[in-house]
Amino acid sequence: MKMNKYVERIYNGIIKENPTFIIMLGMCPTLAVTTSGNNGLYMGLTTTVVLAMSNLLISALRKFIPDKVRIPAYIVVVASLVTVVQLLLAAYLPVVNELLGIYIPLIVVNCIILGRAEAYAAKNSIGLSLFDGIGMGLGFTLALSIIGSFRELLGAGTIFSFKITPDSFEPISIFILAPGALFTLAILTALQNKLKLPSATNGSAGNNVGCGGDCSHCMGSTCTTNREEISSKAETSKVTIAKKSEAGDTQNQK
Amino acid sequence: MSDLFHVSAAPHNRSPITTKSIMQDVLLALIPAGIFGVYNFGINALTVIVVSIAACVLTEYLYCRFMKKSATIGDYSAVVTGLLLAYNLPSNFPIWMTIVGSVFAIVIVKMLFGGLGQNFMNPALAARVFLLISFPVRMTSFAVEKLTTPNTADYIKHGFVALDGVSGATPLAALKAGESVDLWKMLIGNTGGTIGETSAIAILIGAAYLLFRKVISLRIPLTYIISLAVFVLIFGGKGFDMTFVLGHILGGGLLLGAFFMATDYVTSPITRVGQIVFGISLGLLTGLFRLQGGSAEGVSYAIIFCNLLVPLIEKVTRQTSFGKERAVREK
Repeated sequence: MKMNKYVERIYNGIIKENPTFIIMLGMCPTLAVTTSGNNGLYMGLTTTVVLAMSNLLISALRKFIPDKVRIPAYIVVVASLVTVVQLLLAAYLPVVNELLGIYIPLIVVNCIILGRAEAYAAKNSIGLSLFDGIGMGLGFTLALSIIGSFRELLGAGTIFSFKITPDSFEPISIFILAPGALFTLAILTALQNKLKLPSATNGSAGNNVGCGGDCSHCMGSTCTTNREEISSKAETSKVTIAKKSEAGDTQNQK
Repeated sequence: MSDLFHVSAAPHNRSPITTKSIMQDVLLALIPAGIFGVYNFGINALTVIVVSIAACVLTEYLYCRFMKKSATIGDYSAVVTGLLLAYNLPSNFPIWMTIVGSVFAIVIVKMLFGGLGQNFMNPALAARVFLLISFPVRMTSFAVEKLTTPNTADYIKHGFVALDGVSGATPLAALKAGESVDLWKMLIGNTGGTIGETSAIAILIGAAYLLFRKVISLRIPLTYIISLAVFVLIFGGKGFDMTFVLGHILGGGLLLGAFFMATDYVTSPITRVGQIVFGISLGLLTGLFRLQGGSAEGVSYAIIFCNLLVPLIEKVTRQTSFGKERAVREK
């Protein structure tokens, strides 16, 4: 039975709450790094390592970290891990280090890592948090590889650097440039919404989304309690609008 | 009961001007430039035009079918988009790339934002920029103009077949390289370039028709062209060289863009002051892109960039309605 719980975390990360496709976290690396399948894969795996370790450490330290300074504490943990990973990459996989460049240090501020630390690792046991990190990381890797391969296929005619398309096909090079990333992601999300598939943008991503989901009705809240704030703000805004219109009427009469 | 007592809700008097009639006028006005393009570049140009229009109309029809919306192809706007896109392509552009551009213009830029009236950018120009970024070599290698004394063999060899080595420099590229240009040729249109942009006279004939029919006003095109001329005069580094300034006005897509694409109702400001601001910013940006940018041409980038500014321009230049002004001051 206990094993099932761990497997469930991995399944949850890859399919049910896929961080890119469904929870829509970590959009920066998703947009910036997926110029090819390889880049997506490397970025995903690097993030997986950091995510698993940070979930493990934060879960282990969850009783010691005071609630008021938890975010800085998480960032210190994540930043240390990223530094370790970056030095390891520079030493043993310099090619990857050069390919990903500035995006490796930027893993520190990856929303998925802070999101999982806040939403999961800070509340659950060490083992579960580790597997949650691995699952989320693998889901991220899968999503980045798929998006990267798609863009690489259209933009360069290759998948993981293997030439696929016939010579007569001239690659549509906009797809490996920045606009291509936005087009790909936007069309994907539009299809998800049209076909009513689970996605954070239509509020059907489940309760475990850090911010509560539903981007179209997001009120610019602090994310963690978005769900409650959306409903409460909707109530208060109705009241204030009514008040304002009353005030406006009286002013006009004056 | 007589007709005088007929009761109905407002409006009672409808304008005969419809989207359809405006689009038909624009199409008519675009015909001279098209005829000259086909004359200048041969049958390839006609193929690009036909494919582009067909692809745009078919895409819009299929999109409406697929999304279960009533078909909007009856207003001819897809035809105009297709025609304008074709005019912005080189005559030897591959057919499948033309289709990709048409689909992008209709689906991504126009229909996904809600169809005609909701698109925040000129679809044809957005598609041109999409193609320019995607296939930079294809988009900037222009077939040389038709040979001046065509014997049949030469014509078949050069007029119908895209030449690889002899891609003629457009007048703008020549200007950028510091060479002199033949203004007379540019006026007639016997130069290299995209299908619809080369002949200044053909475009001006169409523009005159639109002005006569009051489909467009001179506010945007005139401020656009004058501000570009002033910009080029001041920052061109050629002093008071009229050939240089006129070359910039007649060359490239300026006239086509100023009269047919910057004046697009959907993507230009509706306020009068706003239109002048719009025209001036277009001129300044085009001048900046042409003189300082990497490529010789900057009209399409300038127009789609200013399309994005339109909501802001309208917000700033909106007239305060009568009686509102005072209340604002009291605050």
